[in-house]
Amino acid sequence: MSTTPTKRITDIGPPHYQKFMHPLVKKNYGKWKYHESPQPGVLCHVSETGDRIYSVRAATPRLMSIQSIRKFAELADKHSGGYLRFTSRNNVEFLLDNPDHIEPLKKDLFAAGFPVGGTNNAISNIVHTQGWVHCHSAATDASGIVKSVMDALYDRFTHQNMPAKLRIALACCLNMCGAVHCSDIAILGVHRVVPKVNQTQVPRVCEVPTLIASCPTGAIRPTTIDGKPNVEVIDQQCMFCGNCFTVCPAMVMNDPENDGLSIWVGGKVSNARSEPKFSKLAIPYLPNNPPRWPEVVAAVVNIVDVYAKNARKYERMGEWIDRVGWPRFFKLTGIEFSRYHIDDFKHAGLTYARSTHVKY
Amino acid sequence: MANGSNGKPKTELLDELEKGPWPSFVKEIKQACETSDSSKDLLGQLELSYKQKIGHWKHGGIVGVLGYGGGIIGRYSDVPEQFPKVAHFHTMRINHPAGWFYNSEALRTICDIWERHGSGLTNMHGSTGDIILLGTTTPELEPTFQELTHAGFDLGGSGSAVRTPNACVGMARCEWACFDTLKMCYDTTQNYQDELHRPAFPYKFKFKFSGCPNDCVASIARADMSVIGTWKDDIQQDDAEVSKYAAAGVDIQKDVCDLCPSKCMAWDGKKLKIENSDCVHCMHCINVMPKALRPGKERGAVILLGSKAPIVQGALLSSVLIPFVPADELFDTLKELVTRIWDFWDENGTNRERVGELIQRVGLPAFLDAIGLDPVPEMVSAPRDNPYIFYQTKKEGGDE
Repeated sequence: MSTTPTKRITDIGPPHYQKFMHPLVKKNYGKWKYHESPQPGVLCHVSETGDRIYSVRAATPRLMSIQSIRKFAELADKHSGGYLRFTSRNNVEFLLDNPDHIEPLKKDLFAAGFPVGGTNNAISNIVHTQGWVHCHSAATDASGIVKSVMDALYDRFTHQNMPAKLRIALACCLNMCGAVHCSDIAILGVHRVVPKVNQTQVPRVCEVPTLIASCPTGAIRPTTIDGKPNVEVIDQQCMFCGNCFTVCPAMVMNDPENDGLSIWVGGKVSNARSEPKFSKLAIPYLPNNPPRWPEVVAAVVNIVDVYAKNARKYERMGEWIDRVGWPRFFKLTGIEFSRYHIDDFKHAGLTYARSTHVKY
Repeated sequence: MANGSNGKPKTELLDELEKGPWPSFVKEIKQACETSDSSKDLLGQLELSYKQKIGHWKHGGIVGVLGYGGGIIGRYSDVPEQFPKVAHFHTMRINHPAGWFYNSEALRTICDIWERHGSGLTNMHGSTGDIILLGTTTPELEPTFQELTHAGFDLGGSGSAVRTPNACVGMARCEWACFDTLKMCYDTTQNYQDELHRPAFPYKFKFKFSGCPNDCVASIARADMSVIGTWKDDIQQDDAEVSKYAAAGVDIQKDVCDLCPSKCMAWDGKKLKIENSDCVHCMHCINVMPKALRPGKERGAVILLGSKAPIVQGALLSSVLIPFVPADELFDTLKELVTRIWDFWDENGTNRERVGELIQRVGLPAFLDAIGLDPVPEMVSAPRDNPYIFYQTKKEGGDE
C-alpha cells in the first residue's frame, strides 16, 4: 500500500520536545526540587509546587518490534495518561501522576517480559551496537551477548544492591558506535588478523591515497599491480583497527576463527567524586561463542561479583581499582596479566609505573 | 533455508536466546515477522551468522532521499540469493524529540508508518539518540521519509555532518539541570539543519548537552562539543534536611565529607560546613542528599571540546574550552564558537579527522589562536612539564 503524500516537506527538524510531554512535566518544567527513590525501578520527583511525578523504569532489548512499541503505548494509555519516555540506556520510563498505578503497571510490565529496575545502585541496561543484526564491520554480535550477560545479571538490574552505579556497554568493533570507552565494564569486539586485501577490487572500489592515509600506523603501502595503483599491508604494523575497511570495502577484516571479544574495566563519564576516565584492558581476548558466549558471561559476572564484594559504598569500579591498585584487581579477579595489557601505542609511557609505590 | 512454521526460518541457535528472564531481541524479530517478510529473512541471515560466526552485511552504499546527503545508512546482504528480502535492508535515522518524550499516539504513528514501509524493527534508540528504523528497501525510502515529515519527524545525521544532537532529561524531570538542555538541544538542531542533512565536514561533529556534572548523556566522552551544566555560587544547603539524612543513617563524615574530591566539607555531628570556594562541583554530596543539597543559583555550563571513540588516532575525552558560560548566554556563545571552530576545521582538518584529533595534531595553543580564545589555567590539568617551547619571537614594531 502506498500512501505517499504529494507535498514534499524537508528540514523541519525533530518534533518540539514539549509536544508529547506529560502535562504535569510541562507544568513543573524547571521547578523540580528533589527526588526520592521509593523502590528499585521507581523514582519520585517532587516539584516546588508540591506536584509529584513517578517514573517507572523498565528494560527494553533496544531492538524493538513495532508490536512491542505498541504494547508500551497500550500500557501508557492504561497507566500513565499515554505518556512515556526512553532513557539514554535504552530503558523505557512511564511517567505517572498517580502512584496507585505503580504496582499494576509493574505487574503488566513484568508479565509482558520487561523487567522493572535499573535505578540508582542497580546495574542498568547495557548500551550496545548493532552487531551481526545490521552491521558490516562487526567482529561479533551485540544483542546476543547483551541478552546472555543480562540474563546472568538479571537480579542486579531488579535490585539496587551494588556499591555504586555500574554501567556496562558493548561495541562490536573499534568504531565503537556505542562509545564504550568510558564504562565500568566494556565488552569490545576485536579483529585480530590483518585485512585480506582484495587487490582486484581495490582499483575499482577504493580511492588509493585516501586508503593509505586512513591507516593510523602507516601499515598500508602503495604498490602498482597491472599498471594500476594498489596497496599492500605491512603485517607487523597493523593493530587491526579496521579503519581501512571503513574507507575501502576491499580491505576485508571479518574472520570467523580469530574475531572475538575483549573486556575493559574502570571507566566512567560522571564527574562525581573522581574525574571521568577511560576503561582499561582487563581481558585481551575471549572467543566468539554464539549463541550464549559463556566465556564472556562468566568473565563479566566474575568482575561484577569481585567488585560487589570488595568495593566500598559509592565506589565506582574504577575508583575501587584506583584504591586497591591494579595488581590486586588482577589477583582478586584471577585474570591473567599479559604483555597485551601494557600500552605500546601513542603516549604509552604515561601508563608505565614511575615510582616505587608497590604493595606487597 | 529450511523453513519452520508460519514461513519463519528454523533458528536453532537463536531460539536459545528466547530463554531466560531478560527481554529477548529474538522474540522481537519473530514478532516483527508477523507483519514483515523481510524480518523473516533477517532472522534467517542472523541464524547463519550465528552458525558461521561472521556478519553477512556488505559494506554500506550510498542511498538517500532527495536533497539530503545523510540520515540513511545503506545496507546490503552478502547472501541475497538465500535471503532476497534483505537484499537491501537500509537503516533510517529519525531525529528524536529531545529527552525522548513521547505519547502513545506519536509512538503509534511511527509504528504505522514503519509497518507500511519497512521491517517493523527499530532501535529505541540508537547510540547517538535517534529513533532507528531498521531495514527497508531503496524504493521505500522516499515514501517513508515523506510520511514521516508529514507526521512531524525528520531524518537524523550520518556521515561527515552534524550528527543528531542529544540531551539529558534536564529541567523536564530533574532538579539538577543547570541549563535548559532540551531547549539547547532543540535550538541547536534547528539552527544546524543544513549541516545535519548535508555532510560537508572532514568528519562527524556531535553535540551533547548534559544538565549537570553527572553527565547522563556521556557528553564528555562522546561529543565533539560537550556542554555540561554547572554552577558558580554556593551549593544550596538545607541544614534541617541534612540532619534528617544523618538521622536516617547517612554517615555524613564517611559517605559525604570523606568522598569529597576537594575536601571542602566538614561535619561536626550537627552542622555541615562547605567551603564553596574549594568546591569542584562534582555532584557527589548532592547525589547522596538530594533533599538537603542543591546546585547553586548562578547556573550555566562548562563548554568542552574534542571527545571521540578510538578511530582514527585514539580515544579522547573532551577538554575545557570555556570554564563557565551563564545559562542565558549559552546558545549565542555556542553559535559564535562553533562558527570559528568549523572554519578552522574546514580549512585544516584532514579526511576523517575529528576536531579533537585536529587539536592534538596542531596543539591546543595554535587552536586557541585560530579560534580567538585566550588561554586560561582551567584548560589544563597542569602546565607543561617539558621545555620544548615554541617561543614566538617579537616582530619589529612591538606586537607579537
